[in-house]
Amino acid sequence: MFEGLRRIGETFFDPQIIAGVMPQLITVGLPNTLLLSVIATIIGIALGLVIATGLLASQRPVRFVCRGYVDLLRGLPHILTVYLIGQGLPLAGLSIFGKSTYAYAAFSIGLIESAYMAEIFRAGFQGVERGQVEAARTLGMTRWQAMLCVILPQGIRRVLPPLTGQFILVIKGTALVFLLGLTAAQRDIFSIAQDNSINNANLSSLTAAGLLYLALTVPMTYAVAAWGRRMQRGSQRGPKVVA
Amino acid sequence: MADPATTEISVRFENISKSFGHVHVLKDVSASVPRGMTTCIIGPSGSGKSTLLRCTNLLEQPERGKIFIEGNDITAPGVNIDKLRVRVGMVFQHFHLFSHLSVIENVALALQKVRKLRKDEAEARAAVQIAAIGLKGFEHRRSSDLSGGQQQRVAIARALAMDPDVMLFDEATSALDPELVKGVLAIMRDLAFAGMTMLVVTHEMRFAREVAGQVIFMDHGQIVETGAPTQMFDAPQTPRLKYFLDQVL
Repeated sequence: MFEGLRRIGETFFDPQIIAGVMPQLITVGLPNTLLLSVIATIIGIALGLVIATGLLASQRPVRFVCRGYVDLLRGLPHILTVYLIGQGLPLAGLSIFGKSTYAYAAFSIGLIESAYMAEIFRAGFQGVERGQVEAARTLGMTRWQAMLCVILPQGIRRVLPPLTGQFILVIKGTALVFLLGLTAAQRDIFSIAQDNSINNANLSSLTAAGLLYLALTVPMTYAVAAWGRRMQRGSQRGPKVVA
Repeated sequence: MADPATTEISVRFENISKSFGHVHVLKDVSASVPRGMTTCIIGPSGSGKSTLLRCTNLLEQPERGKIFIEGNDITAPGVNIDKLRVRVGMVFQHFHLFSHLSVIENVALALQKVRKLRKDEAEARAAVQIAAIGLKGFEHRRSSDLSGGQQQRVAIARALAMDPDVMLFDEATSALDPELVKGVLAIMRDLAFAGMTMLVVTHEMRFAREVAGQVIFMDHGQIVETGAPTQMFDAPQTPRLKYFLDQVL
């Protein structure tokens, strides 16, 4: 029995290996993971907003296309999407980002995120009271103006907590970019840990990566939860309609 | 009261029909709203009065019939609905102030976006409207910090700032605490006596009697009786109106 524990300790918790890989994880992996997450999130938000507008459009074909986009990207395993886009686009001659694997990685994660964020935005916008839009329209504002001046600013408040929650998922999601084969300096937390674990024939570097991911995601999760609770209390103190 | 037949007509409904699913909310409704006076629509809930009002600026699209505003057929195909709505102000039961904006921003928003005024021009004009409804000093409050009565007055100012030809009121005092109703009705009364053309769906019978030039009684999606307030309230012709007034007065 002690033999087993010892082996587990050696395989996953070798302090020397953890200490050895940590500096590289923090100085190279962490910035890359965060940068990938931020770029993917920006792509996801920008595209997600457009798709959300489409999901709420009055024209059926537009709704249909956007719904298909969301269903497709949410329905496929992320690993498959990253492969198809990150390796597929250059293979198909659509080298929009040249030879930059990093850009394909960020783009493919961004696309996946846009589908999830579109749903978050759609829910947020639909939560805006219908009367707000009617008020804008009766003042002569176009659908688009009502969207931009009323729904968007009110919806954004509602979606900030779920969007931040989604950002946490993106941080974890960026681990998939190892599939695309990054150069040494471009590697994210997981890629570095994986390379290291193969070289050492020991999984302790993955444990180190896990610790780093947890250090990022757990505090953020609690912060988002606290934020969401505060927002909810705030909205309860909001405008009251006396019936 | 001037005779609606001879005064100029601001809004005319011709054979309007509308249904939601299988419910016929409006059945072949025809009516005229004379310019420069107040027309009150009364009737039990579910009688179709709010739907008729909402058809006036096409918040609801009538299935059949025509609506003319200042002589223009707004139900004709290809009509620019946004241009039309600028000329028709509307006040809702639940105010619907833009909850993310201050009082003055609420009033100024459409002046900037629709009337294309500069921000300072729009806010100057908004400030005048806000002062006119007695809320000078409240310009930079959040709308959610105001009482219901104050919110509704801001909503009126927001509609008036666009300088509309016609004002629609959809049960504008029904959501208010009783002690706040008076202030809103006072503004509506002033507006009526200043010669604004108004179409008012209301349960305030005193207001209708006092302010209206014409009263329309609706029931089950039809106009049952139309006339001057004195005639309608003191000598109702139809049993349905008699019964309704017995219930509410």
